[in-house]
Amino acid sequence: MPTILGVPMQALFGQLLLGLINGSFYAILSLGLAIIFGLLNIINFTHGAQYMMGAFVAWMLLNYAGLGYWWALILAPIVVGLFGVILERLLISRLYKLDHLYGLLLTFGLALIIQGLFRNEYGVSGLPYAIPSELSGGQRLPFMFLPNYRGWVVVASLVVCLATWLVIEKTKLGAYLRAATENPTLVQAFGVNVPLLLTLTYGFGVALAAFAGVLAAPVYSVNPNMGADIIIVVFAVVVIGGMGSILGSIITGFTLGLIEGLTKVFYPEASSTVIFVIMVLVLLVKPAGLFGRTA
Amino acid sequence: MSSAAASTDASPIATALPEGKDAKAFHRLVFVIIAALLVVLPFILYPVFLMKVLCFALFALAFNLLLGYGGLLSFGHAAYFGMASYVSAYAAKVWGLTPELAIIAGTLVAALLGLVFGALAIRRQGIYFSMITLALAQMVFFFSLQAKFTGGEDGIQAVPRGHLFGVISLADDRVLYALVALIFFAGLLLIYRIIHSPFGQVLKAIRDNEPRAISLGYRANQYKLAVFVLSTTLAGLAGATKAIVFQLASLTDVHWSMSGEVVLMTLVGGMGTVFGPILGSFVIIAMENYLAQFGAWVTIIQGVVFVVCVLLFREGILGLVARTLKRPL
Amino acid sequence: MLKRLLLASALCATACVPALAQTPVKIGVLNDRSGVYADISGEGSVAAARMAVEDFKAAEKGLKVEIVAADHQNKPDVGASIARQWYDRDGVDAIFDVPTSSVALAINQVTREKNKAFINSGAGTADLTGPQCSPNTVHWTYDTVALGNGTGGAMVKRGGTTWFFLTADYAFGQALQRDTTEVVTRNGGKVIGAVKTPFPTADFSSFLLQAQGSGAKVIGLANAGGDTINAIKQAAEFGITEGGQAIAGLLIFSSDIHALTPKVAQGLVLTEPFYWDLNDATRTFSDRFAKQAGGKKPTAVQAGVYAGVIHYLKAVEALKSASDGSKVVAKMKELPTDDALFGKGTIRADGRKIHDMYLFEVKKPAESKGPWDLYKTLATIPGAEAFRPLNQGNCPLVSKS
Repeated sequence: MPTILGVPMQALFGQLLLGLINGSFYAILSLGLAIIFGLLNIINFTHGAQYMMGAFVAWMLLNYAGLGYWWALILAPIVVGLFGVILERLLISRLYKLDHLYGLLLTFGLALIIQGLFRNEYGVSGLPYAIPSELSGGQRLPFMFLPNYRGWVVVASLVVCLATWLVIEKTKLGAYLRAATENPTLVQAFGVNVPLLLTLTYGFGVALAAFAGVLAAPVYSVNPNMGADIIIVVFAVVVIGGMGSILGSIITGFTLGLIEGLTKVFYPEASSTVIFVIMVLVLLVKPAGLFGRTA
Repeated sequence: MSSAAASTDASPIATALPEGKDAKAFHRLVFVIIAALLVVLPFILYPVFLMKVLCFALFALAFNLLLGYGGLLSFGHAAYFGMASYVSAYAAKVWGLTPELAIIAGTLVAALLGLVFGALAIRRQGIYFSMITLALAQMVFFFSLQAKFTGGEDGIQAVPRGHLFGVISLADDRVLYALVALIFFAGLLLIYRIIHSPFGQVLKAIRDNEPRAISLGYRANQYKLAVFVLSTTLAGLAGATKAIVFQLASLTDVHWSMSGEVVLMTLVGGMGTVFGPILGSFVIIAMENYLAQFGAWVTIIQGVVFVVCVLLFREGILGLVARTLKRPL
Repeated sequence: MLKRLLLASALCATACVPALAQTPVKIGVLNDRSGVYADISGEGSVAAARMAVEDFKAAEKGLKVEIVAADHQNKPDVGASIARQWYDRDGVDAIFDVPTSSVALAINQVTREKNKAFINSGAGTADLTGPQCSPNTVHWTYDTVALGNGTGGAMVKRGGTTWFFLTADYAFGQALQRDTTEVVTRNGGKVIGAVKTPFPTADFSSFLLQAQGSGAKVIGLANAGGDTINAIKQAAEFGITEGGQAIAGLLIFSSDIHALTPKVAQGLVLTEPFYWDLNDATRTFSDRFAKQAGGKKPTAVQAGVYAGVIHYLKAVEALKSASDGSKVVAKMKELPTDDALFGKGTIRADGRKIHDMYLFEVKKPAESKGPWDLYKTLATIPGAEAFRPLNQGNCPLVSKS
């Protein structure tokens, strides 16, 4: 069997595939962050908490309303997105004229509150959430056993990312969005309701986080801290991709998933740090990230 | 990229009030009050608690030097604080150095680390600067987790307080408090001197308008690097002292949430005020200490403090006081 | 008026005689109330301590017991400063529980310096009764050596001769792996691989795949908390157990299994010193506990706090004073232990509490009759074999003869 640096090729394929799956989560999460940053100029630290909320809402729908995974996939993003809209209207919208720092601090505080409240209510051991029966089991590929659910995660996230990108790049609404990003005053003058656009954008970005949360619920531990650790990594992804760059965040999300997957084979201890090494290198070479435009 | 909602006239992070002639006299009064408090408080409050506050106050002061006067928001200050604390603990425990030498060793390492990281980070601005400092700090965290000498997540425990200059035993909390108070006060004086020196004036000029400062012939990057190193050195001094006080150094001090905590302290106290971070760290540490029995509520309350501060009084407690008094603090 | 007062005191003289010579005892329950160990210790440990004071009938025995509690947030410096304040200012005589090894080691240090008592239930590090052992510390419930011993030894005897470890990349994970490896090889097994996973890790699939590829019969999880839960959840997803490999949890508690549900965790083998459904005494206690703890059954750590408080109070009652920590701990070592949850036992010179450990297997969903019906007992490991032999811990308190 051919090997690369002592690792069998076949095992390497498996690891790359897994990396791609993890990349799917990074891609959806960083896409949401990038959209929010691009338009609102807010670094949304609450994103991790909103991802967690998505998973919890899925659990609640199942246990309080008897609605299963597929319903949750639609309803949880809507519920959490609405929550995001309320946050934006009540709190975040007050900070648009201020430095980045304040938005970051506000959303950081919100994340602490949300996570704390969930911790008080549900503890930290996590809640059970089963893989939907349609997706249980798996495929025996020549190089690995691929659970059906993981395959679904990649497909779902690719579809969502692509759809989002198309909406922003190809539709009229997307054109408004992009225009408002460039020059809000002018767009407002053309009769577009920019504040509403901002609110909806924030809601949509948050809904994406919740969608990722529902996707994660059957495979990761559903607990109040689940978003706290991933958020820092996702930040790094967004920065590497170029803050606010939609396509950049998607591509970087998947790519970094792959790189992380490879690190897990060759230097597993460093797999959570490698992203930060890349971030420093990228920022030193390309100050605005890989796909960002320098101001 | 250009940003919409936040228009270009975004208010700077910190706006110090213009200093009139009487500011100096007023500040002298503030220093006297602080010195008096340092003497009186240990008779009222628990000295170990006060020492913790002082260590964090110095840390926040150092952080604020960089943020409030250099205009640079570092998200990785835990790296210098924590690494100094490791080195100081290791020097005191394994090499058997006297506490003052251990603290100096820790501080020097933080300075060196600051020099290397600063040289990389100051080449970028704004949020990118913050992100580089965060990423570098994550690497320090990784190093601390991996390196043998840090003791992994057990940290370095049972660090001896030792004898100052090999003579004065620090086992008594009151003696140690005197040392910590002295270090704190010296640090505070130094920071005050830096801010009000010509060097500090140039820094403020760069913070407010970098291209103009450059066109006036100042080498902005050298100034930024200098203030970065000063800040990390003082943060290191705080961390090194803390290791001796609590007789341990652990991963908590290098974790990114510690970097967040120092931002919180500075925000609560008042960014861009000289004395604000002291008050801020007092408030935050007191909350951590006295709310410990409420468990998860501590983080919720901290979150609420963040939100309230950002929405209602961005200039922090002392910023508010300063505005009311119409005097810079 | 005076008459009534006299009457009242006369009444008291008959009803509450010991009130005359009340020995004040202040107990501090210091643990994680917001982080990863909040469910295994947390508020439940405080409830357990309260029940212990009640069951000991402390007031009747002349002890005036007060309980305080705090959250150490799994940070050693936070824990150490709370401990200092408790001892120096608030008159706390003994600290209980303290999960998270790093915090436990810090409290161990402070307690010795202040000559108080520290009865640890929540932490895993065997250093507490090893190189760091102290005349003021008792380590009650479990330690990493005992867990590795139980699971490692028993698994090899049951045919799990080749091992692959998923080890959390920090001192605690490495200690677990080291201690378990020792037992596995001593019993004739072999460790064929290990992978260090960053702490914390959300996605274990890559590491599980490596473990799967190794062909080892047993995959040992040398990690804790959320990491272990994630690893088990994903092992089920990747069909590890169906593929014929066994998963051994080296540090996992019933609250974790409850959260995972038997459907996901079925077949997992683990070692614990306590399970609510062991016998009538544990069942009665657990029902009472559940009423106070929102329906949750006690974990081993919470049970350890209960038993530790009972034995501590016994020693204080005998000494009629709680002020000298090392004397109280010496008394605790002298008196045999006997409580409803751990049965009869002893405390060794190095501070190690000795009791039986149990090897459990998580039931299949079909066998489980309720949300807390989790384990079937595979083996009982007698106390004498469960823990590290006294002379191998390098504890300075143990004279080398």
